[in-house]
Amino acid sequence: MKKQPAKKAATTITFVLNGKRVALRAHPMRRLLDVLREDCHLTGTKEGCGEGECGACTVLVDGQAVNACLVPVTHVEGARVSTIEALNGRHPLQRAFVEHGGTQCGICTPGMVMAAVALGPRPTRTQARIGLAGNLCRCTGYEGIYRAIKAAGKPVAKRSLEPGRQPGADRGGQRGRNKT
Amino acid sequence: MVPLAGCTDIYVGLNAGAPVHTRYLDLWRLDELRGIHRAHDVLRIGALTTYTDIIASRLVGRHLPMLVAAAHEIGAVQVQNRGTIGGNIANGSPAGDTLPVLAAADAIVELQSRDGVRKVRVTDFFTGYRTSVMRGDELITAVEIPAVDGMQFFRKVGTRAAQSISKVVVAGVRAAQPRVSFGSVAPTVVRVPLTERALANGASMSEAQRILQTEIAPIDDIRSTAAYRRRVAAGLLAQFWSSTS
Repeated sequence: MKKQPAKKAATTITFVLNGKRVALRAHPMRRLLDVLREDCHLTGTKEGCGEGECGACTVLVDGQAVNACLVPVTHVEGARVSTIEALNGRHPLQRAFVEHGGTQCGICTPGMVMAAVALGPRPTRTQARIGLAGNLCRCTGYEGIYRAIKAAGKPVAKRSLEPGRQPGADRGGQRGRNKT
Repeated sequence: MVPLAGCTDIYVGLNAGAPVHTRYLDLWRLDELRGIHRAHDVLRIGALTTYTDIIASRLVGRHLPMLVAAAHEIGAVQVQNRGTIGGNIANGSPAGDTLPVLAAADAIVELQSRDGVRKVRVTDFFTGYRTSVMRGDELITAVEIPAVDGMQFFRKVGTRAAQSISKVVVAGVRAAQPRVSFGSVAPTVVRVPLTERALANGASMSEAQRILQTEIAPIDDIRSTAAYRRRVAAGLLAQFWSSTS
């Protein structure tokens, strides 16, 4: 939304962001994308289209990939939200994207990686194509992205999405709901 | 007052600078509007059921697989995780991908207000382009689909396999009385009763396709042309018939 809402319409929204509980004041209809970038200063999540067509703004809400440009912040009340920053640069997918040509300019990459996280471990190429069909890349032609996802699926120590936790099973399953 | 569910459509307009309604009614937390159940041969799908829920549902997979097929082709995973069937109906786009499925299945829309419950057949629900019989004080609470008696068919034709608004979309049920419904070829989703009757009476496909042209009214728009849509609709009718025999 371009128009700034009246301050008196702001409400307190409490949710878990990258493993940490946060409470912030925002108009309930502000886009999650803008709250993440402007209020939480997490600028890894990008705006590519503002219409849910490009996937650059993909984040996980309760383990499901969503377009943050289409989510009113009030809808994440009580939810677990994960952004690219949760991966801390250390997720196997991130290394694989760099090493296998899955990223060039980088603008699609945070959304692409989060959508790939939501696929769960070792997706087939077909599963990757379907799971990433909502993420557009203008640079790579997608082959490097699929190579990266395949390479990242090779057995390595699994990592948690949330910083500070012990390494453990990935919680970003395609339909997984983070319960804790 | 604008009711909100998954919000996958409303922010497209808001992000483009469309006028900001000041009052929204957020339905997202109303879990009683979720859930898929089957009783007495009727499949009941709550209005807040997402496309991901539909895809994951064994009940829908068994009893209304053409709805699963439609859900797979709506947007992409990010949209499927948020968009709802109630929203698809309420939005009332002539290109809504669940609408031909619901129309071909003779589904019933359940509306609730302070006056009580009202049920309207999907085929009676839409009165014109993005307009319906729904009153301003009503909410869609569920859609109910009676048992479907034959093989189900769904095809969506668009620019690519995901993230496309359809150029033509079709759903059909092959039975002694076949039922066929098209989207994106008229101001609303349409059934094609004369075509259905022709097929039921053993008309040739070319005759049925000729009759079909009298029952659809596609236009030229940014996605396609009327002529192309007519041609594709005819082809889809043939595909429906040959792939369900």
